[in-house]
Amino acid sequence: MKTLILKTASAYLLPVLLVFSVFILLRGHYLPGGGFVGGLIAAIAFVLHAFANGLKNTKGLLQFHPGFLMPVGLGLAFLSGLAPVLGFDDPFMTGLWLPYDVPVLGSVGSALFFDIGVYFVVIGVTLTIIFTISESA
Amino acid sequence: MEVLLAIIIGILYAAGVYMILRRSLVKLIIGIILLGNGANLLIFLLGRITEGAPPIIPEDSSVFTEAYADPVPQALILTAIVISFGLQSFAIILVKRAHKVVKTDDLDEMNATDEDS
Amino acid sequence: MTQQIILYPLLLQLLLAILLMFFWNKIKAQRVISMVGSAIHLVVSIVVFAYIWNNGTQTLQAGSWEAPFGITFIADTFAITMVLLTSIAGFAVSVFSAGSVISGRLKFGYFPIYHFLLLGLTGAFLTGDIFNLYVWFEIIIISSFVLITIGGEKAQLEGAVKYFTLNFLASMIFLTAIAVLYGLTGSLNMADLANKVAAVENRALVEITAILFLIGFGIKSALFPLYYWLPASYHTPPSAVSAIFGGLLTKVGVYALIRVFTLIFVEDVFLDQILLVLAIFTLFSGALGALVQNNIRKIFSYLIISHIGYMIIGLGMYTEVAIAGGVFYLIHDIMIKTNLFMVSGLIYRIKGSNSMRALGGFYANYPKLSLLIFIPLFSLIGIPPLSGFWPKISLITATFNSESYWSLAAIIFASFLTLVVIAKLWAEVFWKDAQEIPERPRFRYFHKVKNIKRVEMVVPIIFLSLVTLYIGFGAEHVQTLSARIASELMDSQQYIDAVLNNSQITE
Repeated sequence: MKTLILKTASAYLLPVLLVFSVFILLRGHYLPGGGFVGGLIAAIAFVLHAFANGLKNTKGLLQFHPGFLMPVGLGLAFLSGLAPVLGFDDPFMTGLWLPYDVPVLGSVGSALFFDIGVYFVVIGVTLTIIFTISESA
Repeated sequence: MEVLLAIIIGILYAAGVYMILRRSLVKLIIGIILLGNGANLLIFLLGRITEGAPPIIPEDSSVFTEAYADPVPQALILTAIVISFGLQSFAIILVKRAHKVVKTDDLDEMNATDEDS
Repeated sequence: MTQQIILYPLLLQLLLAILLMFFWNKIKAQRVISMVGSAIHLVVSIVVFAYIWNNGTQTLQAGSWEAPFGITFIADTFAITMVLLTSIAGFAVSVFSAGSVISGRLKFGYFPIYHFLLLGLTGAFLTGDIFNLYVWFEIIIISSFVLITIGGEKAQLEGAVKYFTLNFLASMIFLTAIAVLYGLTGSLNMADLANKVAAVENRALVEITAILFLIGFGIKSALFPLYYWLPASYHTPPSAVSAIFGGLLTKVGVYALIRVFTLIFVEDVFLDQILLVLAIFTLFSGALGALVQNNIRKIFSYLIISHIGYMIIGLGMYTEVAIAGGVFYLIHDIMIKTNLFMVSGLIYRIKGSNSMRALGGFYANYPKLSLLIFIPLFSLIGIPPLSGFWPKISLITATFNSESYWSLAAIIFASFLTLVVIAKLWAEVFWKDAQEIPERPRFRYFHKVKNIKRVEMVVPIIFLSLVTLYIGFGAEHVQTLSARIASELMDSQQYIDAVLNNSQITE
């Protein structure tokens, strides 16, 4: 599918959608949103780019295989769950929170890192699936 | 609303099972998707529908003051959706590969596993 | 830290899976990590088992959310025994995979996914939350789908389609049952459910929910009218995969059945009758199916089905002796079935075939290996004093106590049929004169591979055979263990108290 309009638009839409996905990721703890939705939006950004510019270009843009994001995200989520066990002898996945608010991010705790992990895993899984399907087509 | 949802769930389950029983591999996937959606809606319905009271605490208070919708079914449905997303994408790839290798999409002709070997 | 000890097997498995994903393309590193990790997992499981054995049931509220609301992990003796068996079988199959699975298959992420499968199994045994159980089941089946299709041969893909469809259907029925249960009680914690289901007034709906659970778990554990996916798929993947599937995947269904029907849906005579009838038919149909097969892996597949019947008969009679017998059989069966599929893989690597007609002369050519294989084969039948004999005594005693003579007949007849099948297999594969099987080019025969590979293939079989011998000759210990498990299962109040009261203490 080679249309000039989509191609031009996707060049601008990719960063906008990525920023939006991070926004959705960060507001997710108390409001609708979160790692899963954010990850899907980020994946959609790349899928849209692949639609407009071809799979090869998108892969070139990513520089690494999206599957690599899976262990990174899983590891991050795992460590955020493990932190209370190692640090404070609390049960696995107990939420740890900084006592003060960080500007822009709001309250920061282990749940945020868990969500970031989920975000990476979702991007990795979704892109791997879609790339696999469209490559074998 | 409950009655309508119940009917829809019934239709989704029936259509899903019917599609799984068809011989074509593609219809099998459609059946799987319908069945998954039916199950998700069932959780939604059985978690009791509450109108216009999302389980989000307003910013100026720290506890709920009025009745609110049960948030658990939504968490369950989200989990179930994620899982069925994974399963369905796996099913699509599996069916594609199976079609390429076996060269048929007729389930009745897939009987290599029953051969005596 | 001691309070969280029950989660260590789970966390270790997750850590291993993540670590292995970082080494996606480095197969040699994966082999080493998997074997070493599984060995550590085995040690950790033994430590946790000893801890539970000495200190009784332990619970953990994940995320510090109190019991009926958060996700509870609970390790009673039954759960931790299953975790221990998982780690034993997991270690053996990990070593066997390193030796027998060709690297063309390993490079598609065999080991990471294998450890995700073990993670799912460990989680399913340890969880105390019914929806969490569903999630672990999904982790198990998604991993198993990938493992069963790795390689992508024709038979594998066809088997995978059948395996996928029916297991997906089972998950959906399980999910439907959870939805109805949540609608009835508004709870997902199994201990909390046990209290609330007993108080529900609409008994008919409870019965229907119980039947939904029975169908869902029944498909997964290959009960009588629901088992057709199993013999269609278990002989298609590499033997290492069949070994872990045959040893543990159906058993996790049995575990869930035992857990749900001793904790949540109790004292339901009608349901127990259904379970008994299904178990009797499972025993017969599996054994009869095994009788007519020619492929040895198909024979073992049908024997899995048949022997599921022994465990379900124990549950169906619902007396302490019967459940102890069923649990003992479960312990014995996990070790045996894992071992038998590895044996079939070894025979395949030596001779290049799994067909009984083509095989022969094994005893003349490989007397020592034959002697080794003798142990699991004849333990399976239950020749005293080998391990299959002891649980059957408990089960038969229980049938006399509850005067269910049909079950008695089924148990004895199925044992007899197993004997016939194994005797036939022994005569065909081991004693019959060897025939010339044309050598397959580019096939990795046992005598062509490096020494280390041979050791990796034989050592796990020796290891599991030793465990089997221990179960047989140390039956007193295992009997004590299963009696304790049965008494804990029958007295579900203990489980409920452990979950619901503990949460108040921790705060």
